[in-house]
Amino acid sequence: MTEPIFYGSGFPYRQIKHMPGMLIVLEGTDGVGRSTQIDMLSHWLEDEGYAVSNTGLKRSPLTQPGLDEAKLGHTLSPLTLSLFYATDFADRLENQIIPALKAGFIVLSDRYFYSTIARDVVRGADPEWARKVYGFSLKPDLVLYMKADVPALVTRLVNGRGFDYWESGMDIRCADNLYDSFCVYQDLLIRQFDQMAAEYGFITIDATRPAEEINKDLQKLIHKSIGKHMPKAV
Amino acid sequence: MLKPNNSKGKLIVVEGIDGSGKSTQIDLLTKWLRSQGKLVYFSEWNSSPLVKSTTKLGKQEKMFTPTSFSLLQATDFVHRWENLIFPMMKVGAIVLADRYAFTAYARDVARGVDPEWVRNLYSFALMPDLVMYFRVPLDIAVERILSARAKIKYYEAGMDLGLSKDKLTSFRMFQKKVIQQYEKMVPEFNFAVIDGATSVEKQQKEVRAAVKKVLEGWNGQPDTVNVTKKPIRRTLAKVVGAK
Repeated sequence: MTEPIFYGSGFPYRQIKHMPGMLIVLEGTDGVGRSTQIDMLSHWLEDEGYAVSNTGLKRSPLTQPGLDEAKLGHTLSPLTLSLFYATDFADRLENQIIPALKAGFIVLSDRYFYSTIARDVVRGADPEWARKVYGFSLKPDLVLYMKADVPALVTRLVNGRGFDYWESGMDIRCADNLYDSFCVYQDLLIRQFDQMAAEYGFITIDATRPAEEINKDLQKLIHKSIGKHMPKAV
Repeated sequence: MLKPNNSKGKLIVVEGIDGSGKSTQIDLLTKWLRSQGKLVYFSEWNSSPLVKSTTKLGKQEKMFTPTSFSLLQATDFVHRWENLIFPMMKVGAIVLADRYAFTAYARDVARGVDPEWVRNLYSFALMPDLVMYFRVPLDIAVERILSARAKIKYYEAGMDLGLSKDKLTSFRMFQKKVIQQYEKMVPEFNFAVIDGATSVEKQQKEVRAAVKKVLEGWNGQPDTVNVTKKPIRRTLAKVVGAK
């Protein structure tokens, strides 16, 4: 990334010119194995001599305490959830991601606003409204979409952390129990992601395979993309 | 843009810079309407308990950028919208709002965000039946604020924009920008302009006249809880009067 490209008006009050870093996004639904891949990629890139910065949804120091608290209650309605996450995203973009890109870091983002749009639309938000909210967002250099079907996601969760209220879409009660609700909800999300894959130019990766195999593919894609922009350090 | 109001309720909004006197006026209006037996719900800008701790943190630590500040205030608004304002409109109540989306249009744009972007943020909300804009000279507003409390706050003064190191100077410069935005909206949203420099009584007279006009021929949900006693009193008064 050299000249920043925004999806909409960006940050009109801010002069952002040269950004030698790269913004790489890993997208995909809950439980698809993104964080495992991010960890592996971080180590690999650092071994290659690149400075790496990690970010992900809900990690803004401004909104994290309030958002965590809000998610424990029951008054977090769909649009409120949507704009609270947008606040988190804006804060991280301006205060973490852009400064890191200016400093020449490779920023690995565990999800981007595509995930929040998918969730908002599944909850009934107007798709165009949701996209315009994120008009301040930077266009990433690379969006890698890890795709797995619902049965694969379920298997991963049984082996891992189990079913979560929000990941199962229980706030909109897709069914009367976590498992069924999870299946319906995640299926709706996957449809949104598939739509966005074409719209935003995601590169789709089959995430139903072993982690090492997926990582090799990701490395290849990232390597190719970096090659165009950044010289190798070692 | 804002959606046309096709709910049973009526939405009445006051807007203006800090110290324009709008809060005094809407308070008097609320009491007056309630005494008339109307069912009234009042909502204030930036008052949702859900984002309170985040707002406090952001202000204390001076963490806000124009965009994150704008988004957090929109979060506050939408929380009140989904849980309070919109349901009250469906009930058929009169919803009185001390500041509304126009505050964001004015302040956030004064801070430098894109006008179209911030208009889209609030496009789920309804267009009020009446927006009263309290126009007041900056000097009067400053005088009122300084006499009412000791200090002007950091973000209120627009200190985040780096306009001036002096708080009062920054406040004046920032509010001037906010006023410019409001003035642009007067024709755009058909604001009813109230002269905020005149006496409280005179303003309230104008406010009531404007509200009466909006409520003409409209029958919302009556306030059965607070009103039941009134007809009895009136009947009694008539009886006593007749004697």
